[in-house]
Amino acid sequence: MWVAIATIALIALAAGLSLSFASRRLPPSPGDLVEQVNDLLPQTQCAQCGYPGCRPYAAAVVEGTAAINLCPPGGEATVQRLAGLLGRESIPLAKQLDTAVAIIDESLCIGCVHCRNVCPVDAIVGAPNFMHTIIQSECTGCELCVAPCPVDCISMSALA
Amino acid sequence: MTAPTYDLGKLHGGLRLPGHKAASTTKPIQDVPVPSQLILPITQHVGDPAQPVVSMGDHVLKGQVLAEPDGTLGAPVHASSSGTVVAIEPRPVSGRYGNKAPCIIIDCDGEDRAIEPAGNVEHYTRLQPEALLQQILRGGIVGLGGAVFPTAQKLMQARTCSIDNLILNGVECEPYITCDDMLMRERAAETLSGARILMHALQIESCFVVVESDKPEALHSLGDAMAELGDDRLILKQVPTIYPSGGEDQLVQLVTSREVPSGGLPTDVGCLVQNVGTAAAIHDWIENREPLLSRITTVAGDGIVNPMNVRARIGTTIADVVEFSGGYSEHPDHLIIGGPMTGKSVSTDRVPLVKATNSILVVLKTSFEGRQLSCIRCGDCASVCPVQLLPQQLYWHACADDENKLREFGLTDCIECGCCDLVCPSHIPLTANFRIAKGRIQELADEKARAVRARERFEARNARLEREKEDRDAELARQKESAKQAGPAAIAEILKRKQKKSEED
Repeated sequence: MWVAIATIALIALAAGLSLSFASRRLPPSPGDLVEQVNDLLPQTQCAQCGYPGCRPYAAAVVEGTAAINLCPPGGEATVQRLAGLLGRESIPLAKQLDTAVAIIDESLCIGCVHCRNVCPVDAIVGAPNFMHTIIQSECTGCELCVAPCPVDCISMSALA
Repeated sequence: MTAPTYDLGKLHGGLRLPGHKAASTTKPIQDVPVPSQLILPITQHVGDPAQPVVSMGDHVLKGQVLAEPDGTLGAPVHASSSGTVVAIEPRPVSGRYGNKAPCIIIDCDGEDRAIEPAGNVEHYTRLQPEALLQQILRGGIVGLGGAVFPTAQKLMQARTCSIDNLILNGVECEPYITCDDMLMRERAAETLSGARILMHALQIESCFVVVESDKPEALHSLGDAMAELGDDRLILKQVPTIYPSGGEDQLVQLVTSREVPSGGLPTDVGCLVQNVGTAAAIHDWIENREPLLSRITTVAGDGIVNPMNVRARIGTTIADVVEFSGGYSEHPDHLIIGGPMTGKSVSTDRVPLVKATNSILVVLKTSFEGRQLSCIRCGDCASVCPVQLLPQQLYWHACADDENKLREFGLTDCIECGCCDLVCPSHIPLTANFRIAKGRIQELADEKARAVRARERFEARNARLEREKEDRDAELARQKESAKQAGPAAIAEILKRKQKKSEED
C-alpha cells in the first residue's frame, strides 16, 4: 500500500513540477491575444476609447490598463465577446452610440482638406480648394472628421 | 407515350401532406383582364434592384423595358400592359425582404398595345449558347418556382461547371398550389419546347422532366407531347408524393441519387434544376418574343369562393385577382402569398402579384396553431427533416444565440420547409426561429466583413502615410547632398540671390 501511495505521490509531484515549469517558461504569447481582441473590435479606428486606434486599445485591454467597455461602435455585443474571450466579467457599455455615417453639406464645403487628412479609412475624397465628399459605403461613422471642419458642414446621419 | 420510370434515390424524412389540390384544378386556367393600375416592383428577383429607365408621365407599351438590371445579378422589368407611368415610389409588397419596395406604377389605358419586337432574330438553334443566354437575359425571366433567381445568370453559372443533367421541376409538392400542374396539363408542348431551348443553351443531351405521382393528367399530357415531339433526349420521371421533394437539392437526390454538398449548388454534382413554368416562359420569349409579362397563379383556400388557376399580368394587385376569381368567402382570416408551408402571411391585399407569386391562399383559420409548450426532445423533427439536421438542437442554440454552434449544426443548410413545425407536439415555431437566427448570422457576417474592410483601409492608409514620409525624407536628403556637392561657393551664391530677391520685394 505504501508503495502505491508513494508512486501516486511521485507522479503528482512530477506532473506538478512539469506544469509549473511550463507555465513559467512557456507563457502565452501576448501578441496572439492582442490580435484576437483586435479581431473582435469593429475597426472603426474612431479613437473614442481614448486610444489612437483599435489595435492600441486591444493591446491596452490585454495589458489590463483599459476596461473592456470603452468601445461605443462595438456596442454591448462586443463587450460580451471580449468578456468571453478574456474571462472577465461583462460590464455595461460606458457610452452608447447609434450607427451613423458622416455627410458633408457640399454647398458649404470650402475644400480645406482638414477632414480628409483625419479620416482613418480614407473615406473622404477631395483636393485642396475643391469640394469634398464622403464615400458612404466606406465610412465607419467614427466622427473624427466632424470637429476639424472650420465651417461645420459635416453632420452625422443615423443609419436606418 | 414514354413510360415514367421509378429508379429513384432516397429522400430522408419528409411528410405526406393532404394535397387540397382538387378544388383549384376543376376549371381551365382563366385570364385576368387588364387592371386599371399596375404596380411593378423593381425588386422581383434575387440580386440587385433593377434601375428604372422610364420617368413619370412617360407613355409605355406592353413589353417595353421599364427597369434595366444593375450589377452582376438581376433581371429587367417589363411593362405588362400599355399605359402611363404615374409614379415611381415605395409601395407595400409581399417580398421576402421587407414590406415596402420601390415600384413603378402604371395607369393602364386599356388598349394593351404591344411594343414592336426589335428586328429579326435568328432562330435559337442557329445561335451560339452565349448569344442565346444574352437573349434569355433580356426576357426578364427568373425562376418561377418561387425562388426568383435570374434564369440567365443561373445558366451562365452552370456553363462554367460540367453539367450532365437538366432537371425540369414539375414537382409541386406544397399543398393547395396547382399552377405548375395546370401549366403542364394545358401547355405541355410549350414547356417541353422550353426544355429543348435550355438544353441548347447548356449544350447537354439529356433532360429529366419530373412530375409527382398525384398529377396523372399532367403526366399524361406531357407523355402525349413527348410522343408527338419524338425527342428521345427528354425523359419523363414520376416521383412519389412526399413534401418537400420539389426542393431543388431534394429533387436532385431523388432523381440522380447524388447529394448536393452542404453550402453547395446542384451544379456541384452536375445537375441544373429549372421549374416547368420557367421553361414555358423561356419558350414564350425565345419563340414568340413575349417577355415575362404574366404568370399562372393558384387562388385557393377555404376563404375563396371559387378556387381556380388564373393567368394574371405581373403588377396586378392581389385584390383584383381575388375579385376576378369570385371574391372572398364570408370571414377570411389569413391571406398568404405562397404555399401554406413556405408562404408569407400578408396584412393587405393591395400588394401586387409579382414574378414569385405562385399562389394566393386565403384561409379561414390556420390549423397549425396551438399553445406553445417546452421542447420534450422527442426527436420527431429530426426524423422528418429532409436535410438531416437536428432541429431540436438548432432550436436550443438559436435561443442561446450561439453562432458557432448554429453553424456547426448546419443551420445554413436549413431549407425552411416547415416539416419540423408541423410534427412538433409542443407547437414550437421552429422554422420561424431558424429564419431569425439565419438573419442574425448574416448580420454578424456582414459586420465582420465591414470590420475587415475598415481595417484593410486603415492599414493601407498608414502604409501610404509612412511611404510619403519616407519619400519626403529622401528628397530632403538628396537636396542636402547636392548642395554639399556644389561646395561653399555655390551655397554663398544662392544665399546672395535670395537676399537680393527679398530686398527687391
